[in-house]
Amino acid sequence: MYRSHVLVCGGTGCTSSGSQKIMEKLKEELEKQGLSDEVAVVQTGCHGLCALGPIMIVYPDASFYSMVKEEDIPEIVSEHLLKGRVVKRLLYQETVTPAGVKALIDTDFYKKQHRIALRNCGIINPEVIEEYIGTGGYQALGKVLTEMTPDDVIQVLLDSGLRGRGGGGFPTGLKWKLAKQNDADQKYVCCNADEGDPGAFMDRSILEGDPHAVLEAMAIAGYAIGASQGYIYVRAEYPIAVQRLKIAIDQAREMELLGKDIFGTGFNFDIDLRLGAGAFVCGEETALMTSIEGNRGEPRPRPPFPAQKGLFGKPTILNNVETYANIPQIILNGPEWFASMGTEKSKGTKVFALGGKIHNTGLVEIPMGTTLREVIEEIGGGIPGGKKFKAAQTGGPSGGCIPAEHFDIPIDYDNLISIGSMMGSGGLIVMDETDCMVDIAKFFLEFTVEESCGKCTPCRIGTKRMLEILTKITKGQATMEDLDKLEDLCYYIKENSACGLGQTAPNPVLSTLRYFRSEYEAHIKEKRCPAGVCKALLSYHIDPDKCKGCTLCARSCPNNAISGTVRNPHMIDQEKCIKCGACMEKCKFGAIYKQ
Amino acid sequence: MKSLEELRAIREKMQNQVSMRAEDHTHTRVVVGMATCGIASGARPVLNALSSLVQEKGLTGKVAVTQTGCIGLCQYEPIVEVMEPGKPKVTYIKMNPDKAAEVVERHLIGGHVVEKYTLASADIK
Repeated sequence: MYRSHVLVCGGTGCTSSGSQKIMEKLKEELEKQGLSDEVAVVQTGCHGLCALGPIMIVYPDASFYSMVKEEDIPEIVSEHLLKGRVVKRLLYQETVTPAGVKALIDTDFYKKQHRIALRNCGIINPEVIEEYIGTGGYQALGKVLTEMTPDDVIQVLLDSGLRGRGGGGFPTGLKWKLAKQNDADQKYVCCNADEGDPGAFMDRSILEGDPHAVLEAMAIAGYAIGASQGYIYVRAEYPIAVQRLKIAIDQAREMELLGKDIFGTGFNFDIDLRLGAGAFVCGEETALMTSIEGNRGEPRPRPPFPAQKGLFGKPTILNNVETYANIPQIILNGPEWFASMGTEKSKGTKVFALGGKIHNTGLVEIPMGTTLREVIEEIGGGIPGGKKFKAAQTGGPSGGCIPAEHFDIPIDYDNLISIGSMMGSGGLIVMDETDCMVDIAKFFLEFTVEESCGKCTPCRIGTKRMLEILTKITKGQATMEDLDKLEDLCYYIKENSACGLGQTAPNPVLSTLRYFRSEYEAHIKEKRCPAGVCKALLSYHIDPDKCKGCTLCARSCPNNAISGTVRNPHMIDQEKCIKCGACMEKCKFGAIYKQ
Repeated sequence: MKSLEELRAIREKMQNQVSMRAEDHTHTRVVVGMATCGIASGARPVLNALSSLVQEKGLTGKVAVTQTGCIGLCQYEPIVEVMEPGKPKVTYIKMNPDKAAEVVERHLIGGHVVEKYTLASADIK
């Protein structure tokens, strides 16, 4: 038995900042100092504070080390793990107070969070099934199979108010009920792990940190609707998640928690993986199933809905990773427990991937109804550099922007839709005053143009035309008629596209038009980008009064566009200038400005 | 897995280990002096014994065993302090693994301070 557990984050974020090396070094150092029998090194999933990786937590005293470097390891081992002297200098500084080290759950980042879907992420080793069982894993499956009927299970989900976490927000219990009602010789349970929104990594973190929770929930779903086969459709771009899922499935089969006659109840259920090949449209449910069938990933019209005719033409349910991760807890703690959290129509919690202009980039799980202000200012630690908040983008290429005027809106499905955005899968990108909203809309349109599967005309051609108009606007070549045309196109595409990708593709434009129309108009009428982002509308100038003639700018210009002699004011040749901004960064006197 | 009992057995075995990774303010803290003086007089076996026993007896949900530095009473090492929420701190001195086992049994489980090993009962002049 070990007297201390050292948890090292093995999520994608910390892995890319070098946590594997930290772990090796730690093991090596423990060996060297003769502590390998006393201290266990445990690789876990994501802790959420990706901005501060690699992350390491020492239990039982729960000391949280952030941005750990290899050369810090010997000191941590000899001081902390041997002698019990916490190396305060290396701790997450938020936890260090004059009164001593405070608990992680009391820090701003964690104290407003409530972890259900992420409850095991960063706590257990996802590659060891026993650790999952040790935290209550597979108990819900046992309970369902031995004490509940399929109808009971569905009723619990209906009562809990759980809604799909992939973005749509369809009630999960209802989805299962519809699939159960349809009789068939074979039914399927699918898991959508094709997380494609730029900036979203909730599902990846759950799969990496707690893969068994998803497997357990899928087996529960299989029992509820009468299916014996499950498929997880996961992106090939998530190698760590794929690897851990494979390990988890093997271990579950080994322990006969997947397979035949589970818990001796005669219930059979097995799960296979299918890897996506990188197409965004495959996150759409019908396209995903077409892809599992081995065909080109293109959507098909609904109805028939998957609950009637889904995978291989059989009744199928498809839920998102995060939705599944909530289910074992709902079964164990009861629907009332889950329904006691959140708002009237959105129960429970939601995981968000915080990104963009924010201090604490990372993963957070908050009760529904938390305000955007709490998420950004308290949990996220605010915007770096004292800049002003402009908007938050939720829902990726299908969502929209929430402007500062709605900063205090409680986040739930219906509120976000009423202000022209959507919950989406949970990406939350923060933008400050230096972000141009036209440019943001253009970025998302570039994405949808690239990812449109091309099956239906409104999406294939319409989004392309939208992008062309947006490009014209950012170059200052558009007219007000173009803007009207753009808006008309938005509504046309929304109404006529075949699947969710096209139907939601205009949202980034519509929502920025709704809240930031003046920015569009500034680009068109005044040929000016208020945020100073669109290059075609910018020019760099040197203030002759401030320029000291140090020649630094001229030397840093990659295109020799700056001329001047020593100790005399310099000039930028606008013909040659490529607007890279290198000179402005270099100038020590603040003499270069853009307009 | 053919029965819930099998699952329960694995759970119980693992629970005590995994529950060490919790942050709970209501934990009783058992702190072993592990400075050079402590280690020299045999604190490490005491620490390991305490930690293993706490896990074996399924106390990890309530008790955290950690180390600390020198508290200045080097001649009485190995020193073990037990801090229960809302109670005065109890300091055990000149510990060894056997005495540690007694403390786990009688103090941490039974709730009675093992007076004969405490600093208060030592004859300090």
